[in-house]
Amino acid sequence: MCLLGGYMYNETDYKPFIELKNVSFSYGTKPILQDISLSIPQGKLVAIMGGSGCGKTTLLRLLSGQVKPQSGSVWVDGCEVNRLSDRDLLALRRRLGMLFQFGALFTDLNVFENVAFPLREHTQLPEAMIRDLVLMKLQAVGLRGTANLMPSQLSGGMSRRVALARAIALDPALMLYDEPFTGLDPIALGTIAVLIRRLNDALKTTAVMVTHDVHVSLNILDYVYFIAEGRIVAQGTPHEVRVSTDPFVRQFVQGEADGPVRLHYPAADYAAELGLKQ
Amino acid sequence: MPDLLYPLRRVGHLVVEGVWRFGFAMRFLFLLLINSLQTLQRLPLLIREIYFAGVLSLLIIVVSGTFVGMVLALQGYTTLNSFGSTEALGTLVALSLLRELGPVLAALLFASRSGSAMTAEIGLMKATEQLDAMAVMGVNPIARVLAPRFWAGVVSMPLLAAVFNVCGIVGGYFVGVVMIGLDGGAYWSQMQSNVDLHYDVVNGVIKSVIFGVAVTLIAVFEGVNAVPTAAGVSGATTRTVVTSALVILALDFMLTAFMF
Amino acid sequence: MVQRGTIDLWVGVFAVIGLGALLFLALKVANLTSIGSGVQSYVVYADFDNIGGLKVRAPVKAAGVLVGRVESIALDTKTMRARATLALNSEYRFSKDVSAQILTAGLLGEQYIGLLDGGDEVQLAAGDKIDITSSALVLEDLVGKFMLSFAEKPTNSTE
Ligand SMILES: Nc1ncnc2c1ncn2[C@@H]1O[C@H](COP(=O)(O)OP(=O)(O)O)[C@@H](O)[C@H]1O
Ligand SMILES: [Mg+2]
Repeated sequence: MCLLGGYMYNETDYKPFIELKNVSFSYGTKPILQDISLSIPQGKLVAIMGGSGCGKTTLLRLLSGQVKPQSGSVWVDGCEVNRLSDRDLLALRRRLGMLFQFGALFTDLNVFENVAFPLREHTQLPEAMIRDLVLMKLQAVGLRGTANLMPSQLSGGMSRRVALARAIALDPALMLYDEPFTGLDPIALGTIAVLIRRLNDALKTTAVMVTHDVHVSLNILDYVYFIAEGRIVAQGTPHEVRVSTDPFVRQFVQGEADGPVRLHYPAADYAAELGLKQ
Repeated sequence: MPDLLYPLRRVGHLVVEGVWRFGFAMRFLFLLLINSLQTLQRLPLLIREIYFAGVLSLLIIVVSGTFVGMVLALQGYTTLNSFGSTEALGTLVALSLLRELGPVLAALLFASRSGSAMTAEIGLMKATEQLDAMAVMGVNPIARVLAPRFWAGVVSMPLLAAVFNVCGIVGGYFVGVVMIGLDGGAYWSQMQSNVDLHYDVVNGVIKSVIFGVAVTLIAVFEGVNAVPTAAGVSGATTRTVVTSALVILALDFMLTAFMF
Repeated sequence: MVQRGTIDLWVGVFAVIGLGALLFLALKVANLTSIGSGVQSYVVYADFDNIGGLKVRAPVKAAGVLVGRVESIALDTKTMRARATLALNSEYRFSKDVSAQILTAGLLGEQYIGLLDGGDEVQLAAGDKIDITSSALVLEDLVGKFMLSFAEKPTNSTE
């Protein structure tokens, strides 16, 4: 039930934490997402997979209310996000943590201040308590020792872990991860994956993770949606995905160059363009 | 056939785009103003930005102001000398600086030193999703990031222009009195009897406040509207300096026609 | 990252320097005590046949001392003469029969109004008109007169 007033979610027996109903979204005239419906129960770690530029980040932006769908509705914890007033949206965002693709640490603040940022902005806690909380969060991602470094002094994996610490500073009810594994070495990647799973289990957060990294994420996920060309083309549990015979899923999981997703960008006939054919 | 109407269309396009940008900038100014209350209540944020906008521009302002004053005195002396009225040197230096050169040059320097830095910083914050991250955390980036920079610029500009003027007048004194050997008493007294507090000093300060609003508005506006790529940010930085320079000179012409 | 304390200190220094500069401009450069900036003044009028190049804000001097400024200049459409409004420093009082003259500083310098005090016991009060005035020397008229006197045909083109 929505604690913020406004639009109530009515179904009684089954309560998904997140629900998208027939959502379509376009930037200008360029359609990005078309008729997407999905639901995610509380406490689950769910991934949205798809190629680059297929609209995964856009989907997260819909969930956080940064963009509004042209049609359909987005529900988070019983609130219809696209109809919330600015104040209610702000209140919802305080219970939401988002890990951006490249961390998005504030470059003018050091690690400690970055993690302290949401605490300082949204609470009136005394300095001593902020300090303890920040060190706890940093300890959770294993980077308590970096508290006094600037973001520019961190490696990519460390930045993302600090960003994770910042995202969980207010113990969010919903975590959104935007490609948490991109550009990391295998060790850093494994560390982040373990952290994400552990976080979900410990805090009972619901989490949506956008990624195109199949192999690592299948080990930690509860459920997967595949998106291609703005539509959901397949879904299932990690086990179902592994044994799936769906050609798109096979191509994605095996990493084959050509399949339902074409290798070649649409173009005129090759032979004709080279002038070999009249 | 060459497109004969192309230049005309191009001009039309530029005009329409200019009007659009102006409209957006005004709407943006309105947004900045209604989000400023929070900013002004959080002094540390403002002080931090004054440090970057004002303090870091101080050196270039002091150096340039001194040299401009020295050149003015040197040039003014040779001209005044041929009319036998070198005692008017103090007046010449002070009035040139107070009415025109101080506010305009300080604003141009401020635009290229602090304005461009502001655009680049905000543009990079946008490109690296820092502004988005802030918004998702439920913190309004306009109130937290943009408004403090805007106000810092508005506060710093008149102070920098005043410092520029004083350095110029002292530089003029150095050349006219110490180097050339004019009478120091005449330098100051002629200046004092011909410079009017309201007419010259206050009008100059009003000019620099208006320039401060214009330059920081342009800098912040270009920053948030930068295309979030490396090329986009560098383009926005260049645009800040160029647009600021043009706007400063155009505004200066209008204000001068209006005031003096 | 620059330390918070350092920033505070520098911004403090900046504020002191900036405000100090403004104060310097107001006190040392503009000489806050001069006419037209908060100093008590009173207004008198003077009509001239021709003001020449006199400008608004031109100085008004008595014995070479700055005593006021020209506040405005207008054409009186009834008499077709120029009416100058002068703001004089209240410290300085003149007699009722003071005369006003438009003078030029140096050969080509700016024009100003020179006041020459009379002998009347009654003081010039605010709103009074200065009766004795003499106009600006207009160079063209001067040259014209000079030429005409050579032709031995004196015509009073400028009355
Ligand atoms: N602000 C924007 N304006 C216009 N087009 C955008 C904008 N942001 C993203 N796009 C386009 O939308 C598409 C989907 O982007 P995104 O959701 O970021 O993809 P990804 O799946 O790689 O995260 C891309 O083709 C991108 O070019
Ligand atoms: Mg993306």
